[in-house]
Amino acid sequence: MNTPAAALEADAPVAPRRRRLPGIAALAGIGITLFWIAMAVFGPLIAPHEAGAIVDEDVFSPISAAFPLGTDYLGRDMLSRILWGTRYTVGVALAAAVIASGSGLLLGMSAAAWGGWLDSVISRVIDTLVAIPSKMFALVVVAAFGSTVPVLVLTAGIIYIPGAYRIARSLAVGVNALDFVRVARARGEGTFYVIREEILPNIIGPVLADFGLRFVFIVLLLSGLSFLGLGVQPPNADWGSLVRENLSGLHEGAPAVLMPALAIATLTIGVNLLIDSVSGRPRGEAG
Amino acid sequence: MAEPPLVEVDGLTVEARAPDGSRFPIVRDASFHIARGEVLALIGESGSGKTTIALSLLGYARPGCRISGGRIRVGETEVLSLSARDLRDLRGRRVAYVAQSAAAAFNPSRTIMAQVTEIARIHGIASSDKAETRAKKLFADLALPDPETIGRRYPHQVSGGQLQRLMAAMALIAGPELVILDEPTTALDVTTQIEVLRAFRAVVRDRGTTGVYVSHDLAVVAQMADRIVVLRDGLIREVGPTGQIITEPRHPYTQSLLAAARPRPGGGAAPDASAPSLLEVSDLSAGYGRVAVLQDIALRIPRGAALGVIGESGCGKSTLARVIAGLLPWSSGTVQLAGKALSPSIAGRDADELRRVQLVFQSADTALNPARSVARILGRPLQKFHGLSGPALRQRVVALLDLVQMPGRLADRLPGELSGGQKQRVNLARALAAEPDLILCDEVTSALDTVVGAAILELMHRLRRELGVSYMFISHDLHTVRAVCDEVMVLYAGRSVEVGTREGIETSPWHPYAQLLFSSVPELRQGWLAQRPPRPEGEVPVAGRAGPACAFFPRCPARIEPTCADVAPPLRVLAKGSTIACHRQEAELLSLS
Repeated sequence: MNTPAAALEADAPVAPRRRRLPGIAALAGIGITLFWIAMAVFGPLIAPHEAGAIVDEDVFSPISAAFPLGTDYLGRDMLSRILWGTRYTVGVALAAAVIASGSGLLLGMSAAAWGGWLDSVISRVIDTLVAIPSKMFALVVVAAFGSTVPVLVLTAGIIYIPGAYRIARSLAVGVNALDFVRVARARGEGTFYVIREEILPNIIGPVLADFGLRFVFIVLLLSGLSFLGLGVQPPNADWGSLVRENLSGLHEGAPAVLMPALAIATLTIGVNLLIDSVSGRPRGEAG
Repeated sequence: MAEPPLVEVDGLTVEARAPDGSRFPIVRDASFHIARGEVLALIGESGSGKTTIALSLLGYARPGCRISGGRIRVGETEVLSLSARDLRDLRGRRVAYVAQSAAAAFNPSRTIMAQVTEIARIHGIASSDKAETRAKKLFADLALPDPETIGRRYPHQVSGGQLQRLMAAMALIAGPELVILDEPTTALDVTTQIEVLRAFRAVVRDRGTTGVYVSHDLAVVAQMADRIVVLRDGLIREVGPTGQIITEPRHPYTQSLLAAARPRPGGGAAPDASAPSLLEVSDLSAGYGRVAVLQDIALRIPRGAALGVIGESGCGKSTLARVIAGLLPWSSGTVQLAGKALSPSIAGRDADELRRVQLVFQSADTALNPARSVARILGRPLQKFHGLSGPALRQRVVALLDLVQMPGRLADRLPGELSGGQKQRVNLARALAAEPDLILCDEVTSALDTVVGAAILELMHRLRRELGVSYMFISHDLHTVRAVCDEVMVLYAGRSVEVGTREGIETSPWHPYAQLLFSSVPELRQGWLAQRPPRPEGEVPVAGRAGPACAFFPRCPARIEPTCADVAPPLRVLAKGSTIACHRQEAELLSLS
C-alpha cells in the first residue's frame, strides 16, 4: 500500500497551529472598552458625589484636586456626573446595539437559509425601513412617546436593524452556498441545524465586528439626540446632554464641556480599535 | 562558438513573509538558462515555486514576497538591478506574460482589439493602424475564427478557448523576446485545450519565440517544451531534455510524478453485471427552473460496482449527483435504490435512505465547515445515523481516520490546519461514517495535485474492495475515471451519448463525441500533438439550451444532414455491449476511429 505517492503525500506541509498576539492598537481598544464597561457598572459606586449634588459655589471651575474634572454650570462635580452618565450612554447604546445586531443576525440567517418567499418578505420589509430617514424617525418617535430609556433603546435598535440584517444576510448567503451546507442538507439536517451549526460559526467574526460598529453609531446617535435635548432627560444626563447643558462654558474653555466630549471620543475610538482587531474572516481559516 | 543563452538565472532566491513577520524562502538557489528559440517548462505541484520563478523573470514578486538573491539576465539586461521605470519598459515589450485565467485577465468593458493592441500603444512601438494589422495577423495565426472582426467583440462574446488564444495574441503583439505561459490551458476542457495548445505551439515555433511554459501537467508539457525543469518545495530537482525526463527520469520525485500522472487502471475482479442493482435510474430529466439540464438519463449501478460519469464543463454531470442525492428534485423519471423508489426530494426520504447515499464534493476547502473540528465533522453523521455518543463516538472517529490513513491525533484539528490531501481524506471519511451503499463523488481529485490525487484514488479503490461500497464517480478526466470505475457513461449537453464498460469504451469509443473526447487527452509522449489531425472546433453547448436534435451535430465529423439536426438519435446497443445514441451504424462509426 505504501506507494511513492502515499509516502510523498504524508510529508506534505501542514499548517501549524498558530495564535497571533493582539497588537498594541488592539490592546488599547480592549483596555479602553473594558474601562468604560467597568465605569458603567461601578461608576456610581466610586463617584465622589451624587450626580445631582451641587458641591461648589463657583461654576465652570477648572480642574482642581477637589474636582478632578472641574464643575458644571450649576457647580456640580463633573467627574461624578460623567461617571453616572456612563450608565446611560454605554447601557442604552449596548442594549440598542444588541437589539439591532441580534435581530439583524437572526433575520439575515433565516432569510439566507430558508430563501424563497421568506427571504423576499423580510428583505422588502427591511428595505421599507431603510426608506425612512433615521434621524427623522427618532425625532418623531421621541416626540410621540416621550423620551424614556426604553423608547430610546427601541428606537435606536430599530434604526440600525437594516444595516445589521444586510451584513448578516449577505455573509449567510455566501456560506449557505458552500458544499458543506449541501452535505448537511443531503444528510437530512433541518434548517435550524444548518443555521446554528453550519452558518453561524462561520459568520460570527464579521458579525461581531459589525456589532461594534453599530454600537459606535448608536452612541453617536444618542449623543446627538441628547445634545438636541431629546435624549435622556434632566436631572439624569448622558454624555451628550452633559455637553449640551455646559455649552455656555465653551468660550471659557471650561473642562465641563470638554470632558464629556472627550469621554464620547475615547469610547468610540476604543471600540473601533477593538473591532478592527476582531478578525473579519471566518474562524479557522489559515492565515 | 555557441551563442550565449537568452536567459540566464543564477542562484535565484525568493522569500515570503509569514503572518508572524518572519521570512522563509519559497524558491531556493534556482539556476537555469534558456537558449534563444527554446521553450523551457517549469513543472511542479502547487506551492513548488514554479509561478514565483516565472514571475521573477519579469522582475516581479507577488505581494508579501521579495526576490532576495541571485541574478537574472534576459538578453543584455540584468533584470534585478533595473529601476522601476526600466522594468516597465521590459515588461510586456521584451518579456510578456500569459496568465491562467484569461477571463480574469481581460477587462469586460473594453473591446478585445483595444486590449490586445494596448501594449504596443503604451510602449509606442506601433501606431494604432499598424498594431491592428499585426493583431489581425496574429489572430489568423492562432486559428481564431473571423480574424478581421473578432477584435470588435467584447471578452464575454467569445469562448474560453478563444479568449485564452487572444491573450496569447496580446502577449505576442509587441514581439517579445521571451513569453511566459503560466498554466494557460489548465482551466480549459480537453477538447478545447488541444486546439489552444496547437495554436500556441504554432505561433511560438513559427516566430522562434523563446518561451517559459509553467504547468503541472507532464503530458501537456511534453507537447510544448524542449527542456523541463522539475520543481518541488522551491528547489530544482531535475533539469533535462523533455525526452529524457519523460522516458528516463532520474530524480525519485520526477519518477513519482510520472507514476502519478497516469494512475493504473483499477484492477481487481471484473464487475459482476448480474449482481443485484443498487441504483437504477430511468428516463431521468431535471433542471433549474424551466431550463432542462439533464434529459432522459438512464443508468444502473450494480452493488459494489463503480460507474464513471465523464463529460466537459456544463454537460450536467454535477447536476446528476445533486439530483440523485435529492438536493435538486427531478422533474420526471424514476430513481430506485435497491429496488425501492426514492423520493425526488430529501424531505420525502427516510433516514435510512439518506444514510445509504452519500455525497463527496470536489473542493474539500468548501466541503468541510471551517469552524468545526475534524472530530465534530465526522461525529455528526455517526451521531445522526448510528446514534453514537461519548467514548464510542470518539473511538469510531479515530477508526474512520485510520481507514483513510490519517493519524487519530488530527481529530481535534480544524480543516484549515490540514493539507489539501488530508482535507479530501476527511471529506471521504465523513461519507464513510454513514456506512453508505453508494457514494456520489463529484470531481474528488480535480482540486488536488497529481501525486496527492493519485493517493486518494488508490485509497478509494481500496475502500471499495474492503467495504464493498459502490461509487458514482464524476469527472472530466478520463485517467481518474479509469483508475476507479468498471463502467463509464459519457455525457454531452445533458444527455447520455454512450454507456459501456471501461475496457470497451477505452479501447474503442464508438460515439463520435466519445472518440473526440478520449483522443483529446494528451498522451505522455513527445510529438503526440503534432501527429494528431486537427479536429473541427465548435462551441461546446451548455446543457439546457435549445439546439439541433443531436447536441453534438455542429461539431460532429460524421453527421448526416439533415437527419441529425432534426431527428433525435436512436439508442443503439453495440456488439461489445456499449449503448450509444447515434444515427450512424456500427460499421460506419468504426471507420471513423
